[in-house]
Amino acid sequence: MSTTTVQDLAEQKYKYGFTTDIAMEEFPRGLNEDIIRLISAKKNEPEWMLEWRLKAYAAWLTMEEPDWARIHHPPIEYQALYYYAAPAKAAPKSLEEVDPELLKTYEKLGIPLNERAALAGVAVDAVFDSVSVATTFRETLAKAGVIFCPISEAVREHPELVRQYLGSVVPVRDNYFAALNSAVFSDGSFVYVPKGVRCPMELSTYFRINARNTGQFERTLIIADEAASVSYLEGCTAPMRDENQLHAAVVELVALDEAKIKYSTVQNWYPGDAEGKGGIYNFVTKRGACRGRNSKISWTQVETGSAITWKYPSCVLQGDGSVGEFYSVAVTNNYQQADTGTKMIHLGKNTTSTIISKGISAGHSDNTYRGLVRIAASASGARNYTQCDSLLIGDQCGAHTVPYIESRNTSAKVEHEATTSKIAEDQLFYCRSRGLSQEDAVGLIVNGFCKDVLKELPMEFAVEAQKLLSVSLEGSVG
Amino acid sequence: MLEIKNLHARIGEKEILRGVNLTVPDGEIHAIMGPNGAGKSTLSYVLSGRDGYEVTEGEVIYNGQNILDLPPEDRAAAGIFLAFQYPVELPGVGNANFLRTALNAVRRKRGQEELDAVAFLKLARAAVKSLHMKEDFLKRNVNVGFSGGEKKRNEMLQMALLKPGLAILDETDSGLDIDALKIVAEGVNALRAPDFSALVITHYQRLLDHIVPDVVHVLAAGRIVRSGPKELALELEARGYAGLEAA
Repeated sequence: MSTTTVQDLAEQKYKYGFTTDIAMEEFPRGLNEDIIRLISAKKNEPEWMLEWRLKAYAAWLTMEEPDWARIHHPPIEYQALYYYAAPAKAAPKSLEEVDPELLKTYEKLGIPLNERAALAGVAVDAVFDSVSVATTFRETLAKAGVIFCPISEAVREHPELVRQYLGSVVPVRDNYFAALNSAVFSDGSFVYVPKGVRCPMELSTYFRINARNTGQFERTLIIADEAASVSYLEGCTAPMRDENQLHAAVVELVALDEAKIKYSTVQNWYPGDAEGKGGIYNFVTKRGACRGRNSKISWTQVETGSAITWKYPSCVLQGDGSVGEFYSVAVTNNYQQADTGTKMIHLGKNTTSTIISKGISAGHSDNTYRGLVRIAASASGARNYTQCDSLLIGDQCGAHTVPYIESRNTSAKVEHEATTSKIAEDQLFYCRSRGLSQEDAVGLIVNGFCKDVLKELPMEFAVEAQKLLSVSLEGSVG
Repeated sequence: MLEIKNLHARIGEKEILRGVNLTVPDGEIHAIMGPNGAGKSTLSYVLSGRDGYEVTEGEVIYNGQNILDLPPEDRAAAGIFLAFQYPVELPGVGNANFLRTALNAVRRKRGQEELDAVAFLKLARAAVKSLHMKEDFLKRNVNVGFSGGEKKRNEMLQMALLKPGLAILDETDSGLDIDALKIVAEGVNALRAPDFSALVITHYQRLLDHIVPDVVHVLAAGRIVRSGPKELALELEARGYAGLEAA
């Protein structure tokens, strides 16, 4: 790997305006070709990248915001947004200025003190002592030939790979938010695992705050070459503040013959307050292409944050015998809205897919599972198994399941199971009569409900996610 | 010591307990028998603090403390344990995890040190063995797919680990074969000690062959209508409950 990863990412935070930066004045609100040129120039991008962005922008102008999801929000004023970096005027100057509720949550989640300020968006001037860890990390990966760097760096250092694969899974015109992202993407990760290489470590956004200010229009591209395998962890259990209300990320995964990609996410963007004010709108396009024979892509997500979640991590199963998996926990509380699910597109022969979705709704929230299983005429012997379970806490919330199944091949087998249940009073009483507090009891029951998904997460992440589920639902019962 | 004084309780508008008076000194086991609908289960729920049961009069003093204002979890910490008539299933929640979470919650409130996974497993395995249960019991989900007998054994396992000062067995014998019945009895008898007492609620006399009570009470129409030595259970078995309400 040619340059640093973690350190770069850490430094970006400074660059992008948590200090007073006069350069910010050059980036006004709104979006037009000049802004895109500025973004591209600021990142020293080659001409082809700029052209790609401009083409995406032209496409976006002709498109319309989708309206089929079960979500409601005031119109997004695209010309009122910042597309490079928002000025940090609103950033609190010290922890004393931060919402005490947020700080309490950090404490409950066990976030180390020195990370709390950074997560809360306080203008800090020292991040972590991360340099030594980063160095070991880099050396190990370099030895294995794995490229793991910010995508802005990959555009400059590995243009052949980026040009070949960027937009090949999620085309520029795929949807409104993907087009927007393609025009203005800020940064994100690039991973290339060469033939036959098993990535020697979990690639994680280990340094929790590294996504700050790149979260808005994040762009990630992961390629596993033949017989390669990689596990990527994204996100953070701590609720992150962000001045940008609109997030529109794109993630593309490419698995060639016999390759395996496991992509795990814990999403906990600021959900807004208990009355539903504020909060992130998260419109994400995530898609993986199983291009090669017997390749496998597995998505695992734990979604607890954001005011609005619009997200359907999908798999296109092109290679014969390829496997797609989607394991999801989506929690909504207060006034959160989530419309999330997956698409499994079976093209190759004997392709299989598994969908396990657990939706938990509490408060006044709405939680929708929306999933498509499409078996093409070419996909002889394809199989899908889908299980969608919803758990309701209280009687003011909603759970909805919207499965679409299209099969054009008679040899395919598609199974769908769905359940909706409530946390029963007798379950709570049983736990409490054994000494558990009401909240611990809810946490235990909810974690049990989600077990089939949580066990797919890498160990450490799973432990954090369990804690997160309990904290997210605090106060939702009784 | 448990003292129930003039306890009245209702569900909605319906008064179920109508002035229960009962004292269970430390070290004693008392049986409560009575016909269906007498208020036996209500009594056990009121003692353990279940929502939906409104106490309109009276008090319940356990070891000098009026427990009626305590939430169920605090009563558990104070040493009250309810063995359920119908133990509840918790899908996806491992038995060992459940037991350890419960035990540590109670230990924390009792000012005892929490147990780490290793110490807990050692304790739990010993308890499983002494109750003649298979070790995979700890790995299974709480009561999910358990037979009736297994569920009751699981209650006994919880009781053995939580070491209550007062155990309330709410018709724990219902639906049990004789082997399971013996195991429940062993579970209670193993805890017999000067600082342990139990309220054994049962419809039938047969459990009392195995858990020999010091006193038998008859609950009918929301009141204790008779109390007597263990032989009273045999008499009830022979004559039935008819006519007791008037007594």
